[in-house]
Amino acid sequence: MTLDDLMAGLFLSSSDSYAAAVVSERVPRTVFSLLCGGALGVSGALMQAVTRNPLADPSILGVNTGASLFVVIGIAFFNISTAGQYIWLSIVGAIITAIIVYGIGSMGRTGNTPLKLVLAGAATSAILSSLISAIMLPRSFVMDQFRFWQVGSVGAANWDFIAIFLPFLVSGILLAFIMAPSLNALLLGDEIATGQGVRTGLLTLVSAFTGVILCGAVTALAGPIGFIGLLATHLMRLIFGPDLRLIIPMSAISGASILTIADVLGRLIGSPGEVEAGIITAFIGAPVLILLATKLKVRSL
Amino acid sequence: MINSSTILIKQGRQRRFRKWLVINILLAALAVALCMAMLLLGNTIYPISEVFQVLMGERIPGAYFAVNTIRLPRMMAGLFAGLAFGMGGHIFQTMLRNPLANPDVLGITTGSSAAALFSILIFQTSNTVVSLASVIAGLVTVLLIYLLSSGSHFSIGRLILIGIGIQAALSAVISYLLMVGSQQDLPAALRWLSGSLNGAKMETLLPLICTVVIFAPLLIVLGKQLDILELGEESALSLGLSTNKIRLILILSAVLMIAFATATTGPIAFVAFLSGPIAKRLVGTGFSNVLPAGLIGINLVLGADLIGQFAFEVRYPVGIITGLVGAPYLLYLLIRMNRKGYL
Repeated sequence: MTLDDLMAGLFLSSSDSYAAAVVSERVPRTVFSLLCGGALGVSGALMQAVTRNPLADPSILGVNTGASLFVVIGIAFFNISTAGQYIWLSIVGAIITAIIVYGIGSMGRTGNTPLKLVLAGAATSAILSSLISAIMLPRSFVMDQFRFWQVGSVGAANWDFIAIFLPFLVSGILLAFIMAPSLNALLLGDEIATGQGVRTGLLTLVSAFTGVILCGAVTALAGPIGFIGLLATHLMRLIFGPDLRLIIPMSAISGASILTIADVLGRLIGSPGEVEAGIITAFIGAPVLILLATKLKVRSL
Repeated sequence: MINSSTILIKQGRQRRFRKWLVINILLAALAVALCMAMLLLGNTIYPISEVFQVLMGERIPGAYFAVNTIRLPRMMAGLFAGLAFGMGGHIFQTMLRNPLANPDVLGITTGSSAAALFSILIFQTSNTVVSLASVIAGLVTVLLIYLLSSGSHFSIGRLILIGIGIQAALSAVISYLLMVGSQQDLPAALRWLSGSLNGAKMETLLPLICTVVIFAPLLIVLGKQLDILELGEESALSLGLSTNKIRLILILSAVLMIAFATATTGPIAFVAFLSGPIAKRLVGTGFSNVLPAGLIGINLVLGADLIGQFAFEVRYPVGIITGLVGAPYLLYLLIRMNRKGYL
């Protein structure tokens, strides 16, 4: 596809060439992947800030899997099939899972440590995925509908998806921007934050909620796409330092770029078919997780 | 005085040995009962006498086919895979001194699965190649985890985190393989991935049986050395153990058994994780838990397979049942370790 074709497709609505058709297919996909990536990036940044834990990411904490389980239950038992219904189920699943994982991960004297949180996430994920398989295996119709969704892909995007998704994204990101200065204070510790006039309980609750809703909404429409939060946030922290007022918006931008690049890469590698973006991001993200694990200080594990 | 205390110690030792022996015999008896149930139950329930006649080689119409071609291989697959997963998992958990450090959590079974799936879906190769690929992948995964986590700041927590990361990457590979695999191979691949004894055949079981026959006795013999290793590097060295050599032998045998079992039945979730802790709870310490862990593995796999076959309207593969049982236990263990501050 040449640049000329692209311009023709974008701006000449009368053009009916093959190229124009392809472009009009790809535009919503690109927009959608930018939005999803942005949401996941912000979600990751929020979760890391709230848990004060560098390894927090929706997929590592199992929040994605919780959202998936609820969608599968919806497909299997309640005949749910529209994106608008998916999104609510998925958000409820994400919230419940987040509460459980955080609860287990922060038990005990030492509070939440990266290792405990990741293990709680992995164990919860394991339970939820065996429930997913148990529901799915005897029902081939669910398997068909679910199999492609399960990997995480922006391929099914259309303007309706974007319209459903946009309110969640806008309100989530706005909330995140507003909370960024107070979250900065929170990073210094609960006492200092309280001393600066931050209501820590409320702040933690709202930002965790925002992070989970953002990721739940993405999961409902695109399937569980992992590791964007981890990748985007750490990349930006490397460049801009720890200030969340910078990290949160930059994570939105870098998350959007990473997911879109992953999608394009997947289409190039898999050509003539495609490799789903979720596979690519997991493949890039997992080594980053390993790298972070090797860098952590023993005491902070 | 000295005399009476040695007598006391001896008595305690004998008592513990008797307990160990009784529990092993009970576990073995349960395993035999489950094996018989595997042979007797099915669409048609055959009387014991008939099953025995078939096993002796008599060709009774109907029963011969059902028992000899379907139920016997299924039972053997469960028996040997269960033993391999149970023992292998126990070796890992004891050597790394942490029940969470088991092949399921560390991604070793995921490595074997990815390689086996690759050879099934992409190359459509024979069973021998599948087994070999999965063994090599299992070994490479272990080596990778070892290389990444060793160094100046070794900690078991770091090792587990690295294992989880490797597992995430390998799961992405598996998803990719399922996407590019041809439509007709997919149901079989999915079933295999969740761990299933379906479609086991005598000739495909051969590599697994050979591995278990060679390495299970070796591991039982080395059980005592394993327990000494658990005491720590210094104690083991001062007791005259060549720790590196023993460790290498133990890990190699454990990985071989787990990889061959994975290649044959698919990754049957959490058997490797559950067997060791259950054995420890039943037997306690003092005598090697390698054999009890293996026997518990057998009981878990056969019991879960019977439940999966007959307890529900649809037949579930064994791995789904063990997963549903094992994952909550993993969570429970985590909660307990967190409360006590072990993590």
